[in-house]
Amino acid sequence: MAFRLRKKKDMPGGLWSKCPSCGKMIYAKELEQNLFVCPECTFHNTISARKRIEITADPGTFVEKFTELQPSDRLGFIDKIPYADKIAKAQEKTGNADACLAGSCRIAGHEVVLAVLDFTFMGGSMGEIVGEKVTRAVELAGERQVPVILFSASGGARMHEGAISLMQMAKTCGALKHFRDGGGFSISVMTNPTTGGVTASFASVCDLTVAEPNALIGFAGPRVIQNTIRQDLPEGFQRSEFLLAKGQVDLIVERSRMRERLGVLLGYAAQPQASFQG
Amino acid sequence: MAKKKKSAPVGPSALPFERPIEDVRSRLHELESLAQKTTHDLSEELAFYRQRLERLTQEIYADLSPWNRVQVARHPNRPLTSDYIQHLCQDWVELHGDGVFGDDQAMVTGFATIRGHKLLLVGHRKGRDTKDRLACNFGSAHPEGYRKALRKMRLAEHLGLPIVCLVNTPGAYPGVAAEERGQARAIAENIYEMFGLKVPIVVLVIGEGGSGGALGIGVGDRVGMMENAWYSVISPEGCASILWRSAEGKEAAADALHLTAPDLLKLGIIDKVVAEPVGGAHNQAEAAMEEVGQQIANWLDELAKIPLQELLRQRQEKFRRMAMAEESLQALFPPQTRAAESGTDPAEVDSVLEVDPARKLGLPKKPETH
Ligand SMILES: [Zn+2]
Repeated sequence: MAFRLRKKKDMPGGLWSKCPSCGKMIYAKELEQNLFVCPECTFHNTISARKRIEITADPGTFVEKFTELQPSDRLGFIDKIPYADKIAKAQEKTGNADACLAGSCRIAGHEVVLAVLDFTFMGGSMGEIVGEKVTRAVELAGERQVPVILFSASGGARMHEGAISLMQMAKTCGALKHFRDGGGFSISVMTNPTTGGVTASFASVCDLTVAEPNALIGFAGPRVIQNTIRQDLPEGFQRSEFLLAKGQVDLIVERSRMRERLGVLLGYAAQPQASFQG
Repeated sequence: MAKKKKSAPVGPSALPFERPIEDVRSRLHELESLAQKTTHDLSEELAFYRQRLERLTQEIYADLSPWNRVQVARHPNRPLTSDYIQHLCQDWVELHGDGVFGDDQAMVTGFATIRGHKLLLVGHRKGRDTKDRLACNFGSAHPEGYRKALRKMRLAEHLGLPIVCLVNTPGAYPGVAAEERGQARAIAENIYEMFGLKVPIVVLVIGEGGSGGALGIGVGDRVGMMENAWYSVISPEGCASILWRSAEGKEAAADALHLTAPDLLKLGIIDKVVAEPVGGAHNQAEAAMEEVGQQIANWLDELAKIPLQELLRQRQEKFRRMAMAEESLQALFPPQTRAAESGTDPAEVDSVLEVDPARKLGLPKKPETH
């Protein structure tokens, strides 16, 4: 993955890190203060779900839900390493059960349910648990009659769960359809990268599609496309700005303004809440 | 080879594992032509070879590996959506176009009557000969294909016609134009909207069920697969190239993905395995298509009895439940051999995966069909 945040091991003490986009050395503390957006070139580094929640939810308002959900290796899937081992390793690395954190919180004062995919956990891939958490988040928002906000950062459906992963696409879309029919309001925020079965399901059927700048967003990954057509890809292909120009996203919002902008959007949704049928 | 092919295809279209069958078949054909020229009574020998052909076909097909099934699902003589239209549909009226951009040949839609049921048929189209295959993009639809399907499905809803979807795609097309026109969004919107269509929907995977491209016309009140079809989140080759880092892992990937109809029935992802004639649908195409016609009619009869609101509730519930994480998730398949845990070299793991997949999965020798 070309745009993952590099480990800060290049320099002693881990004080500096190299921007994967412009290549400049950035003081780690400054990068963090800048919400992991490169101060030189505004590249939006991928961040963990925890960090995302920290910088998006109003401080101290996030209450995590569905923590009882633990992944399992239902297919006994094994390639070079057993899937069960991969899960254990990712859990150890991230401290999370799977690639999604969900819960309730306030954003700019608005009560919402939030689900965030974690790219640092097996590339944010969607298996049973991710699909289940997104679905439960949507259902909880329906019960509470509040909007749901879904942040994506994912390589797509998780291969190790076979058709079970595929069916998460249907499950999440079905939940959003039901939610919408009941008057619910949903916002999808696509961050770098959002591809495959996540883009081809819940991330694309919310009322609004927001993207962070320069995020890779698409159905097939650029490498797959290149291998298929055997031609160079156009400049800026599958990036947020490209998708905006092609009519595929509603708006682009920089990370530094995300909370505030979501607040404004949620303000416009205050009216439709009245149409909730429960 | 003595004579031209009879009912079953011979020669280059035979799959590698079918070769023993082909050998017996060609010997039988030689004997048959000899019997016509000679006055000797060869009826005993003929009977022997006919029986042997049948038994061998039965034996080989009762023990197909997942990868073998993928090969059968892609067999060049396997009935395609266009064959089902020709064979099963009366009063067929093809309806073209998405009403906005174009008319994707990889997706066919139209009015049809199957065994007295008026319906809308939606299906991936692969094409038979080279020219046709190119026109159909080998069954890989663009966004306009999915939008065409949705547009016609909405028409069916308006007219109160049930919808029958025949799935047969290696996957939605991964190309520049497809991305520009919103491939992901087109598929997502179909999945989303199909939950709300106020008419019965039946889905049958007749060959390849390649990922989101399949699911884009795959949300239904009844979902079935033909016995030798495959359906998964990625093709075995795609999975192998990512996880095994080579296409060579495709057989192991086919095993690991549990992409066969009997496995997906066990997982609760499909409702039914539609039995194929001995030797696969390509061996007796008409019989296979008849079986499908009967199944579609049965499903439509069944669904017609369910009140609309209940039907929609059940559709929602079906997909909600089939992939619902239970509090204590259970492994549905016994873990595969854990050779890798003991630090075995990856190359060895691949070879361990070659051993009898049917036994490893704890599956019955004969595929379950209901
Ligand atoms: Zn930079």
